[in-house]
Amino acid sequence: MSTIRCDIVSAEEEIFHGNAQMIIATGEAGELGIAPRHAPLITRLKPGQVRVQLEGGEEQFFYVSGGILEVQPSVVTVLADTAIRAKDLDESAARKAKDEAERALANRTDAMEVAQAQAQLAQALAQLQALERLRRALKH
Amino acid sequence: MAGAREIRTKIKSVQNTRKVTRALEMVSASKIRKAQDLMKASRPYARAMRQVIGHIAHANVEYKHPFLVERETIQRVGYVVVSTDRGLCGGLNTNMFRKLVGDIRAWQDKGVEVDLVCIGQKATQFFRRLKVNMVGSVTHLGERPQIAQLIGVIKVMLDEYGAGRVDRLFLAYNDFVNTMTQKATVDQLLPLPPAAEMATSHSWDYIYEPDAEGVLEHVLTRYIESLVYQGVLENLASEHAARMVAMKAASDNATKAIGSLTLVYNKARQAAITQEISEIVGGAAAV
Repeated sequence: MSTIRCDIVSAEEEIFHGNAQMIIATGEAGELGIAPRHAPLITRLKPGQVRVQLEGGEEQFFYVSGGILEVQPSVVTVLADTAIRAKDLDESAARKAKDEAERALANRTDAMEVAQAQAQLAQALAQLQALERLRRALKH
Repeated sequence: MAGAREIRTKIKSVQNTRKVTRALEMVSASKIRKAQDLMKASRPYARAMRQVIGHIAHANVEYKHPFLVERETIQRVGYVVVSTDRGLCGGLNTNMFRKLVGDIRAWQDKGVEVDLVCIGQKATQFFRRLKVNMVGSVTHLGERPQIAQLIGVIKVMLDEYGAGRVDRLFLAYNDFVNTMTQKATVDQLLPLPPAAEMATSHSWDYIYEPDAEGVLEHVLTRYIESLVYQGVLENLASEHAARMVAMKAASDNATKAIGSLTLVYNKARQAAITQEISEIVGGAAAV
């Protein structure tokens, strides 16, 4: 019985690698069953299960929240997403990043004020110290 | 013995500082390991990604994605700047910013504008004081950065690139060489450098489901994201390594300072005693 190598990886960790008889995943255009010596194929995955049938007839299940399935005649690679992705979610994340930058730029004055206040404080302290020293010198 | 008391309080305060720097040093030493593990864990994905991209470059002939095409004129470039959230890590951020500011000046001299997105508080604070266009920022990634936290800033830049506002995209981060060495690095993200795209044409092509354009867009976006994520992890490991080294130096300096202060203190004490004795003796002689 021939087998096909299967790698399931996500950006944050390696999830599975080993030999399989068949890999079943939910592609964007429908369920896919990949057997050894499948033609080269690449597709996006829908959120769902990836089933890996191992050599002994045993089956393993992995949940992926989307990703990419790449098929080469002897290797199947599943690049799984770790985050839940959707167009509008991505948009809102991008908007948040922009807002954050604008907020940082808007706070510019605050930081300036803090720096200014610190400079003034240091100056006042130096003056006080000088006065103190002068007073002591006069006493003696 | 007013002088002696002042010295004693000074010694106490240096000792307290040393306690803090020691603690920080040990915390960073343990966090380096975790950061390195994270780096290792994310490598298989990057490797698999590179293979897939390589295959695509081999296979696909009829469609060229904009991420792979070098643009002729460059009017505006983008930088993704990765920095730390916290300070006390030696010259780590400063060195990288200096390198980056040099690059930015060079672009500006050529009449090219620069857009930035900042990851980490230090970059955000630094670049808001400069005359650059900051279009996105994310801070407080924590000890276990997740790709979900980075999607926003990356999308901002990819959208700019896709819309043709940005013609080139770079990633700036500190490369973790080893505990003693971190290297400020600027890599080109877009268009993908030709090294990743081995230009030998093949006769076969993938079956694309549903279509080549959509799939390629998806793959390349994920690839860029994984590169940025790797940069963030490298930077995290660099941060802890740099902090450990800086704090070790600080602790050593504190020990040295305590030594010399103790010497001064003992001398002052000795002088006071001597003076007292000579005063008593003088007094007794007068009687």
